[in-house]
Order: sequence, then structure tokens, then C-alpha cells
Amino acid sequence: MQNRGYIRFFRNIAVATATVVFAALPVATLRAQDLKSFEQKITTKVLPNGLTLIICTRPDAPVFSYNTFIDAGDVNDPSGESGLAHMFEHLAFKGTTEIGTTDYAAEKVALAKVEEANQAYEAENLKQVGKDPKKLEELHKAFLEAQAEAHKYVVPNQFTEVAERNGAHGLNAETGLDETQYFWSMPENRLELWAWLESERLSDTVPREFYKERDVVLEERRMRTDSNPIGRLVEQFLATAYVAHNYGRSSVGWSSEVSQLSATEAMAFHKKYYAAGNIVISVVGDVDPKTAMPILEKYFSKVPAGPKPEDMTTVEPRQFAEKSLVIREQTQPFYIEGYHRPSYLDPDDAVFDAIQDIMSNGRVSRLYRSLVEQQQIAAEAEGFSPFPGAKYPNLFAFYAVPLPGHTPAQMREAIHKEIDKLKSADVTDTELQMFKTRTRAQLLHGLANNQGLANALSEYQTRYGDWRELFLQLAKVDKVTKADIRRVANRIFVESNRTSAEIETQAPAANAGKAEAGKNGGAE
Amino acid sequence: MRTSIKKSSSRLLFTGAVLAAIVAPVFVVGQQSKPWEKVPVPALHEFKPHQPTRIQLKNGIVVFLQEDHELPFVSGSIFIPGGERDVEPAKAGLVDMYGEAWRTSGTEKMSGDAMDDFLEAKAAKIETAGDIDSTQLSWESLKGDSDQVFALAMDLLFHPKFSEEKLQLAQQQAAAGIARRNDDESAIAERESAKLVFGPNSPYTRQPEFATIGAVTVADMQAWHDRSLKGKLIVALSGDFDTAAMEAKVRATFEQLPTVVPAPPRHDEFKSSSPGVYFINKDDVNQSNVQIVGMGTERNNPDVPALAMMNEILGGGFASRLFQKVRTEQGLAYAVGGGLGFEYDHPGEFRVEVMTKSPSTVDATKSALNEIKGLTSQAFTDVELKRAKDGILTSFLFRYDTREKVLSERVMLEFYGYPADYLETYRTALEKVTLPDLKRVADKYIEPGKLAILVVGNESEIKPGLDALGMGAVHPIDITIKQPKPPSGTPGGAAQ
Repeated sequence: MQNRGYIRFFRNIAVATATVVFAALPVATLRAQDLKSFEQKITTKVLPNGLTLIICTRPDAPVFSYNTFIDAGDVNDPSGESGLAHMFEHLAFKGTTEIGTTDYAAEKVALAKVEEANQAYEAENLKQVGKDPKKLEELHKAFLEAQAEAHKYVVPNQFTEVAERNGAHGLNAETGLDETQYFWSMPENRLELWAWLESERLSDTVPREFYKERDVVLEERRMRTDSNPIGRLVEQFLATAYVAHNYGRSSVGWSSEVSQLSATEAMAFHKKYYAAGNIVISVVGDVDPKTAMPILEKYFSKVPAGPKPEDMTTVEPRQFAEKSLVIREQTQPFYIEGYHRPSYLDPDDAVFDAIQDIMSNGRVSRLYRSLVEQQQIAAEAEGFSPFPGAKYPNLFAFYAVPLPGHTPAQMREAIHKEIDKLKSADVTDTELQMFKTRTRAQLLHGLANNQGLANALSEYQTRYGDWRELFLQLAKVDKVTKADIRRVANRIFVESNRTSAEIETQAPAANAGKAEAGKNGGAE
Repeated sequence: MRTSIKKSSSRLLFTGAVLAAIVAPVFVVGQQSKPWEKVPVPALHEFKPHQPTRIQLKNGIVVFLQEDHELPFVSGSIFIPGGERDVEPAKAGLVDMYGEAWRTSGTEKMSGDAMDDFLEAKAAKIETAGDIDSTQLSWESLKGDSDQVFALAMDLLFHPKFSEEKLQLAQQQAAAGIARRNDDESAIAERESAKLVFGPNSPYTRQPEFATIGAVTVADMQAWHDRSLKGKLIVALSGDFDTAAMEAKVRATFEQLPTVVPAPPRHDEFKSSSPGVYFINKDDVNQSNVQIVGMGTERNNPDVPALAMMNEILGGGFASRLFQKVRTEQGLAYAVGGGLGFEYDHPGEFRVEVMTKSPSTVDATKSALNEIKGLTSQAFTDVELKRAKDGILTSFLFRYDTREKVLSERVMLEFYGYPADYLETYRTALEKVTLPDLKRVADKYIEPGKLAILVVGNESEIKPGLDALGMGAVHPIDITIKQPKPPSGTPGGAAQ
């Protein structure tokens, strides 16, 4: 969309860090006949166990894409177990009682022993007083031996191997704060095979090789967060912006907590949140619902029903004091700030989309024209929302990447000037109309891609209880007025509701001790 | 449509949250009931990829038209030979900035800023970009606006008006890129390891500096534009139009141009890489980025199908040797993978990469090296070959499952002078790869003694140190950014 060459210092990293799927979704509407044409192509069915299936026929090529959408993510990680939803997502690639094992009966016994050994080891390891190093070493040895014993029955990566051999393309999964998604594309003649694989892994997960995979996830954390300046900044920024809600907690998980997660905890998470009623699955492509729906029904009926997980009780309290943090390191300067805003269900949701578009979308946007083109102080400047999730009250954030010789303080001042304009004067008719036109075009674009469409159908079905909302949102976009934008800007963009974070560049010599903070344990 | 000339073709890396990579297939899986093998797999629905109409004009310009009425959009691209590799070293960065300033400057009739307003109100786009071997102009709009947007794109193609102000803006952006290029560990690792393969002054690896971007003038950009427009343009359109009508329109625009001037052949020297162990210290990280690199080959090499199969076995997916060993079995990395790369018109790179916590740098490097060496010492098995073939061939469909991909592939083949049926012959060749083929190419192309190992990481945490690799002296690489300060045009540069 914004083809501004190679200067993309921030967005990709922020997205990788917090997985803002919602932010990328077009919130728009279409003319009625477009919705009508989709209603003819789409078949939905809620199974007796509560799982929702959506099939959308797009027979252009003999392929299909799917998206399995679990309405749970790292925001649901229990206290002390940050990163658990993501850890389970990795486990979901490890196979089932039938795939990935040479002898499940024996493996099951061995895995139970791994859990016992882990518990014994952790019990000793966590002792504040009276920890016995010798005993700890023995327990650790026993833990490793138990893992080695269980490993004897493992056929490594068999689940993914079968998928790949059958043409799985773009095989992946993504854990956000709000949700977990699994997806790939396949030749259409593998639909039943896919249904077998996917239903097996959702209902019959075996927590094998959990502790090796935990090491892998810790490496993922080092890559995305610890060893990446923007990753570090975003983690600290969110931890500062939130005092109560889990949106403020590292989504990949704090190292100390991830390194103590257990397979037992992961399976408890699965039992609670992977109940059929918490899952929507969309299939888009060369699929005929008449023949396909019975197949899907047959396989996905075995996903266990379960009570809908309780809603979250924590509500982020109103912020009443401005907060700011400074990271001093060798990295080049950077500035970001955020303001608390309500969730995606707020009646003003489309107004936030309008503000984002007018402030940030392309070379006509206010921040680009002001900071990049006219003042020539930034390489990049944008506002974006919702962040870091959408389901609960979240942030409207702004960031700017200073050009050499310019400071975070200048970015802050320039951003505030643009925000003040939004509060004190109406946007133009042209700007508002541009937002509405672009939103519609963006939605249209998304309809030509099997995977993108599958993702969107699952998401809207989950978030609004009806995939049609993908189209019906247009009415809300069309109703946004200039007065709405001013009203919302004046309500949200106020000093006491602001958290800001910056990187201040420091010479190497003054940098001693910095590396410690990035390491495991620095934040404890 | 957003076709672009793709630069790298081997499936080298990993995907987002879950990565892909092997195992020594140690396990004999005898007793498994394998219920998935009993799931019926019916015949695939018949499918013939929808090929675009190809038209060669008398002057040599080639046009592709891909009619597609699914959505009410029309998009187009023009691919122009010549890119950053053709720029004189003293002006490195010219093509990137040209790609930026061409569009932002606009035309005689309409400035870039006015163009922004005009297009965005219609949710339309016109963009320009510079690449290593080409530059591109592309556009897209709703069908109703497509005549207007096409006319404007042609105005930009034939009558650009490069502005001093927009060049300066591009220079500032480029300067920000230079100033920030050592912030990100993986960017450093990728950039510096490529220099170990091709040499630091190779047209494929040299990097812009403050001095070289500052040396670029408006006249340089105009000269570049005038020169490159004489080349063999490829015009590609797709979307909601009538092919006959579009052909007439495109002919009217491009037939009047003079006969194209073929690009002079390049005479790049590709010496073998600089073997040894190299290190770059970065004290704000807790994970090492390890790159094991060497020379790759060209795509038209008849060994490529066997090499592609070898890559799949080495580092192609979850079942690959690297993934199974380093990630699944050892838990030493999230990101691990790689293979021998091939480019369309010059050698690619051999590249295996692994990212691991500082203390396990030596272990992970050794482990990855073992898998590389294992390509020649650890015999390929029927099981591995079958698995690699199944994976590559069954998913081959995804190279042409949309009209956009088919068009994109045809443009690429035309650009690099490959036959239009390349994908079909490639697929046939992949089917025929045998175990002896694998052994032969592994013996021929895998030369561990010629590989360079670059580690970017935190020296104080890397224990044991890299000398424990037992591969001789560790050569530090200096990545200090040359500071003749940002270009003089940068406001505020002296204000601090």
C-alpha cells in the first residue's frame, strides 16, 4: 500500500512483536449486491459441539486455504505463565495420539514421568531458602533422562511432514494477544486429508517434546524482542502504558516465566480455551459446500465441546497521569506515544479508523506531509490503532523515526501539533471522503485472495458473531462525520491519557550495563 | 497486480511465527497404523493456468495482457532493464533514490504532490521503484478511473520532471537508512555475509554511503531515465478490461517508440568467497546471528533441479535436516534454514543461517556445519528424496494458482530471457531427479572448505568463543559507518 521504498523502520517489527491482525483488516462496507453475491457463495454451519464452520466457494483454481481461529491468545495466559498461548500453538504442530508416535500407549506413560520429573525439579529450583545444589543437579538429570525416554517414541515433525508432502503451502500459525490462528493452503483434492489433520490436532494434541520446544520459543523471544531495539522498546512501552490489563504484559512472555512453563499447564490452557464453541474455521477456494460440509462436519464434530471460557474481569483503570520512559543505548533515536482508547466494539471504532487514515495513509497523510515532506525532520511518521490488541480497550499510538540530526523531542512536538489541529479544526471534506473511498477499495482488494478472505471471515465471525459484518461495517464508516473526529480526538488525545517512549542514542562507552537488561532476568 | 522482478529464488528462509527445517531419519516407523494414508485423495480438478496474451511490438517492446473480471480493478506495470548494479560506485544508491524521486517529483503537467491528491481521492496508485537489475513503474485503479490513471502513468513515464526538492527528500531518507543500518543484527549479518561471498565492492553488495548519495544530482536521474527508457521495456496489464481494446491502447502508446537498445552484456567477476571465520561484535544482543555462506549458481544451470531437491532436504521445511537437528532435536534455534541459491542471470549465494543464544553459538554453528558437510558424507535416502519430491511437486500448483502469479512469472521469464514454458520443463526435471543426481550435485557444489562463517553477536556472552570452532583465526569486521556527515541539504544537521 504505502510503497515508500526501503524506509520501513518500524511497522513490520511492531506487527511481529504484537501481532496486530485487526489493524490490517479493512473496516468497510460494500454495496448491497456485493454482500448478496457473497451470501450465495458462503455456507455456514454451527456443529452440535459449538464449532462454527464457514465455506466460501471460489473455484478459480483447484486449491483452497483455511483459517482456524481460536478466540484466545496471550492475553489469556494465567498469571505467572506469560507466553502460554504461544507455547501451546507450537505444541499444536507436534502431532497427536496417532501421528508423530511409534507407540502412544508407552509414550503416554513416559510423558507422565517427564511431567513428574519436571515438577520435582522446579519445586527444588524455585526454593527461596534451602535449595540443595546437589539435589537440584540430580533432579535435572532425572528430568533429562525422562525426556530422553519419552523421545524414543517420537517420530519428529510427522504432522507437518504429512501436511507438506500433501502440498501444504504457507503452513504457519500466529498467536496474538487476542487470538490464535492456524492456516495453510492445499490442492483441493486434499480437503479431507486436511480435515483429518486439523481436527486431530485440535482435539487430540499430545504434549510431546514440550521442553525442547520451550527452548525454541525462548530463541524466538531473543530474536524478536531482546536482540531487537524496536522489540525492546515496544515491550517496555506497553508495560508502562498498562498498569492492570494483560495488554501490558510481554506477549511472547517474560523469559523467567516462559522458561518455567510446563506441558501440564499448556494442556490445561488447551482444555479451557480450545473448546469447540471457542473455534471458528473458514475454508475458501475450490470447494463445493454440498460435498464438503458433510466431510468437515464428520471430522470437526470430534472437537470436544466445553463451557465458554469466562470473560476477563480486569479492566484497565482510567489513566490519570502522563507516563514516559527513555531507553538510552547505541541505537538510533526513535519516538512512540500512545493514548488509551476503547475496544473494537465501541460505537466510535470507525472514527478511530478515520483518524488513522487521515493521519497516516500514504503521502497525502497529515503526518507524512508535515514531518517528512514539509519540516523534513522524520523519515517516517504514522499513527496506528488498535494496538497491541483490539478485543479489549487498547491504544491509539503515534510514532516517528527521526532523520539524522533530529531528536525524539522534535518528533513529539511535531506530532502534538498535528494532533492539536485535529482537535481544534474539522478535517476537510476531501480528507473524509478519501478515507471512505479508500476503505471500500481496500476491502474489495482483500476479496481476491483465498487466504486473506479465510482469515477475515473467521475473524469477523468470531468478533461480531456474523461474517457479514465484514461488509456491513461500511455503513458505520459512511456515518463518520467531521464532528465525530473532533469529538473523539478531544476525548482521547489528552496529556493525562498519554504514555510515551523514546530511544536516546548514547555513545558506546557510556553504555555499560545495558546488555544486562536485554538478558533473561533483567526485568525481574 | 504487484508484479516485481524477484531476486531470490531458492526457498531460503523461514516464515513468521513457526519456522520451517531435519532429521536424520533415524526412526524406523514400522508399527504405525498411519490412518492419514487411508484418507481418500481424489483426482485433482482439471486446471489449465490462464496464460496472458503476449504481444511483441515491432520495436522490440513486449506486452502482456491478463484479462480478469473478478474485481473492478485495472493494474499495470512497466519493467525497465538496468538497476543499482549498473550504477557507478561513486554514486551508489542512485537507483533507490531515483525510484523514490521519479514518482514524488511528478511531471511537467502535474507535480508529485498534486498527483498524490488526485490519486488518493480515487483510491488509485501510481508508484515507481528501483531494484538491483531493473526499475519499475506500476499503477492501479478502479475500472472507472483506469483511462485517466493510465494516461497519468504514461505522462510520468515519458515526461517526468525530476525536482531538486524531491531528490533532497530521497537523499534524507537514504541517509536515515545509512545511519540506522547497524541497529538491526540480522540486517548487518545479511549485508556483511553477502560481501564475504561476492566481495565488498561487487555491484551486488556495495552499499550507499553518505558521500555517494550526496553525489547524486537531478541531472544524474534524468540521464538515468533517458538511458534506461531506450531498453527493452516489458509492459504488463491485468484486470477488468477487454483485451482487444487494451491492446489497441497499448500499441498506440508504445509502438511509436524507437527500436529498443539491448542491454550490454555484464562482465561481472564471481570469484570464490573468502573462507574463514568472521565476527562482528554487537553488545546489545543476547542471540548470535550465524551466517554460513559461499557461492551459489545460476538458474539456467541444468543442475538446478537436483540442487533444489538437495535444498529441500537440507533446509526446506519442517522435515529438513537442519530443522530436525538444530531446532527440533537440539532446541538451539527458532530460525534455522538455508540452501544453495540460484539467480536468473548471475550466481546466487549458498547460505545457511541459524540464530541462537550467545552461549550456544559454537554448538549451533558446529551443528549447522555438520549438516552441510553431511550432504556429501551422509548418503541421501529414498525416503528423503521421496519426501522432498512430494513436497515440491504437490505444492508446485501454488506457483500458478492465480492469474496474477501466472502473469508475474511470465514477465520474469521474459525479462531474463528464459523460455515461456520454463515452469513446465522445470517441473518435469524435478520429477526426474534421482539419488545419484543428488550425490553428484552435492559433491560438486558443497565445498565446506570454501565457506565463510560470519557471526554477529555479543562477544562478552559468547562462551566458548569462536576459536573453539577450530577453524583458525577469527577475523573481526569493522562496520563503522563512514561519516563525512549527512548530505549538505539535510536541514538541522548542524543544529544540534
